[in-house]
Amino acid sequence: MQTEVLIIGAGATGTGLARDLALRGVSCVVVETGDVNSGASGGNHGLLHSGGRYVSNDTEAARECREEGALLKRLAPQCVEDCGGLFVAVAGDDENFVADYPGWCAAAGIDVCCVDPAEARALEPVLSPKVVAAFAVPDATIDPFRLALENMAHAKALTGCSLLRRTRVTGMDVDAGRVVRVHTVNTVSGEAGTIEAAQVVNATGAWAGRVAALAGASIPMLCSQGTLLVTHERMTRRVVNRLRPPGNGDILVPGGTVSILGTTSVTIDDPDRARPTVAEADENVRQALPMIPSLGYTRFVRAYCGVRPLIRSDAGQGGDGRSVSRGFMLYGHEEAGLSNFCSVSGGKLTTYRLMAEKTADLVCARLGVSAPCRTRTEPLPAAPSCRWTEPGFAPRLWTQRHDADDPLLCECEMVPASAVDGIMDDCGQQFPDPGLQALGKRSRIGKGSCQGAFCGVRVAAHLYDTGHYTSPKGLTRMREFFTERFKGQRPVLWGPQLIQAELAEALHCGLLGLELEGPDTAPAPGAAKDEEARP
Amino acid sequence: MSQPERYDLAVIGTGLAGMAAAVFASSRGLRVVQAGSTGAISYTSGVFDVLGALPATREGQPARPVERPFEALPELLRDEPGHPYALLDPEDIRLAFHELMDFLRGAGLPYRAGGERNFLLPTPAGTLKHSWCVPETALPGCEALAQGAPACIVAIEGMKGFSARQVAVNLAPHWPGLTTARVAMPGHPGGEVYPEQVARMLEVPAARKALAEALAPLLGQARVVGLPAVLGMHRPGDVAADMERLLGRPVFEIPTMPPGVPGIRLKETFEGLLPGRGVALFCQQKMVGPLPAPGEPFRLRVAGQPVEHHVLADRALLCSGRFLGGGLGGLRGRPLTETVFGLPVAQPEDRAQWYRQDYLDPRGHAVHRAGLRVDAALRPLGRDGAPAHEGLYAAGSILAGQDWIRMKCGAGVAIATAFKAVTTLAGAR
Repeated sequence: MQTEVLIIGAGATGTGLARDLALRGVSCVVVETGDVNSGASGGNHGLLHSGGRYVSNDTEAARECREEGALLKRLAPQCVEDCGGLFVAVAGDDENFVADYPGWCAAAGIDVCCVDPAEARALEPVLSPKVVAAFAVPDATIDPFRLALENMAHAKALTGCSLLRRTRVTGMDVDAGRVVRVHTVNTVSGEAGTIEAAQVVNATGAWAGRVAALAGASIPMLCSQGTLLVTHERMTRRVVNRLRPPGNGDILVPGGTVSILGTTSVTIDDPDRARPTVAEADENVRQALPMIPSLGYTRFVRAYCGVRPLIRSDAGQGGDGRSVSRGFMLYGHEEAGLSNFCSVSGGKLTTYRLMAEKTADLVCARLGVSAPCRTRTEPLPAAPSCRWTEPGFAPRLWTQRHDADDPLLCECEMVPASAVDGIMDDCGQQFPDPGLQALGKRSRIGKGSCQGAFCGVRVAAHLYDTGHYTSPKGLTRMREFFTERFKGQRPVLWGPQLIQAELAEALHCGLLGLELEGPDTAPAPGAAKDEEARP
Repeated sequence: MSQPERYDLAVIGTGLAGMAAAVFASSRGLRVVQAGSTGAISYTSGVFDVLGALPATREGQPARPVERPFEALPELLRDEPGHPYALLDPEDIRLAFHELMDFLRGAGLPYRAGGERNFLLPTPAGTLKHSWCVPETALPGCEALAQGAPACIVAIEGMKGFSARQVAVNLAPHWPGLTTARVAMPGHPGGEVYPEQVARMLEVPAARKALAEALAPLLGQARVVGLPAVLGMHRPGDVAADMERLLGRPVFEIPTMPPGVPGIRLKETFEGLLPGRGVALFCQQKMVGPLPAPGEPFRLRVAGQPVEHHVLADRALLCSGRFLGGGLGGLRGRPLTETVFGLPVAQPEDRAQWYRQDYLDPRGHAVHRAGLRVDAALRPLGRDGAPAHEGLYAAGSILAGQDWIRMKCGAGVAIATAFKAVTTLAGAR
């Protein structure tokens, strides 16, 4: 395969870069080991930072967030809920920090407004009576999945840019300072392939160090796992931040119909092994209780984690994830003697557009393309097939249409069969063998209180009926889907969700026996007999 | 307030263990009061397992399906010495099942037990389930599968979670000549349809005739016809026989995802017949109260409805189930609790050990083996290791040392421990 630019990684940056390049008339191919937003782009709060979070220790990152946040509210409103945010301190929090906060915001140009604690509690009744100070900032929320999917969809519409999902980069041939060939393997079929591109961009987030190493370059990465918890219901209208230096369990962000509590920061060696833990779930809740006491008995349905791709500016001197800059880094890798390979990492979801712009500037300069960046002014077009990730969209549509012949396959989130069919068609044009996991990325399937236990079974049956599944591999896909959903359930299995999990396992294992070998894993009985019959 | 009614036995819980206990106790002339949320039994598959699989004991091993459950018992008890089956004579398991099956047959819900072997029956995913005792409406499917007889699996338009193609594609290696069909339920206005609706519709002969007419042209060479479990809510045997007559070939049921018709049949059968046997049954209510002093009767409160009842019982049988049933509670930052009497629960040290990392780990999860430890007479042990009360017994899934989901032993543990507890306490009276 040949292309002008090869982008490795389909997170916010990679897909944003695909669109930025497409708007400049440059075509590209995106390869991704998993699916869209498999890394930190899918494992974050969905918080469109005002910058207020970083004013105390990283004025530059705060400024970037402020500018980019304002841009995205204007240019991608379909992905944004402009809900506003509060920073609140409770009795016992550092008073000097509270006193300094408005000044820091002013220095970063962030529009901050002091709110009387009683008024803050009137705005957000779940806040503790012990709130002693509050400031309003222009925080908002953003749907990272819709954002990435629409960036990709726009790039495809402009230049035919394609996404190769489940495609892992395994090696690069470097010759005379150029990456002349990139080797890939399809993680499902095992099929190997090669891609030749004039320019290669490494936008793999926490994996950037490893991918750079394939080209003989190095990046001083620090992988910091952050775990977040999803509540069963939305608890606040606004983003609520603890007014203190960033720490565990100090932000509660609305996510449409739910709220998301985070985040921990645990340095890990291997981003492939990131998974949320029981200890992190407990820590998030414990830390958040002084700010929002009802989190102590709220139902949580899920935990998830992302790996922050942090760049160690003090490489070799250690340091933990909290104290490392949230700013991003763009490497041209000239020091490694490379002229057509670059890496972009670090940064935040809020600044993804800026990261894509700077990377595209470098790529275009190297290609000799002079077209300017247009993502600063060009609105992101809404794509109909990308709307199913929005919490609450499916129930609204269902109540409007009430089409009795369109069964709800996901009853928790009210996702109808027609949505499944539409997404499958759309995916089928982009990549082979879409299934339950791809649907989960592109809709609310598996996101409700049953966490996919029931809808996974219903959707699989539907996919057999529609001919998308034609072999016992459909059972493998079911096992994979339930296994993946469980990773996020495990840390929050107490109270009602523990009951839900018992029912799920009774269905999946008790009735269906999915923990046993099945027709997709065991040799057919006829085959076994033939073997036995041989002399 | 009037004087509380006095009973021989309070059965706390209305799952399979509680319902079986009420049957066994009322047959033995005991005056029984019983309370619980009967809805949970609708979530059972309606298939009665004794032992369907042996979980792996070491990492990297697979779990193994069990073909001969009674033969496999010694192996199970070697791996899981704390399993409630260790307290039972295997013959008691059979006796218990047959006594309950007699009751169910009398109620129009006949079951068949498998002798030495488990039946193999198809699931809606197209996997195979090993089960010892199945509703007779499932039996022609087990037999056709065993013989490789050509069968047609039929899906009903608008019924979610049941795909005939999924069943056929996955069973093809075991069952040659499977075909599929899809039919709209005659008389249903279209859109979503639930198994329970179809089952109630098929109670009416005209609906069966219409369904048979719609089905007949689709069946081809099939000698047997498989449907999701929808063959009537009451007396399913009669509905199945009529369908067989109309189609000229046997018809069988495949269990569906919960709540399925076979579970609802059990719920309605027990709820309908137990009061006639003298059981004071309080549905959708909880029976709670303190653990009495030695020698004192249980003073229990039946709560959950506007009017509360107070009862006295000489003995109590705790069949309150696990998390879904409400017998065990698990909160963040606290050990697992027994919710009625606050009995000690054998359990992993902390929440991080409740579940393994991998959902489908063939060894199963520790949280499911947590529960009540009991003495040889099935009396739960207190903190001092002695029975918590001489008149308190426990049965069913609340017992420690078993993982009914992974061992496929839920009905066996429920029915057989209820039998053992009732026969013991009736004898000790």
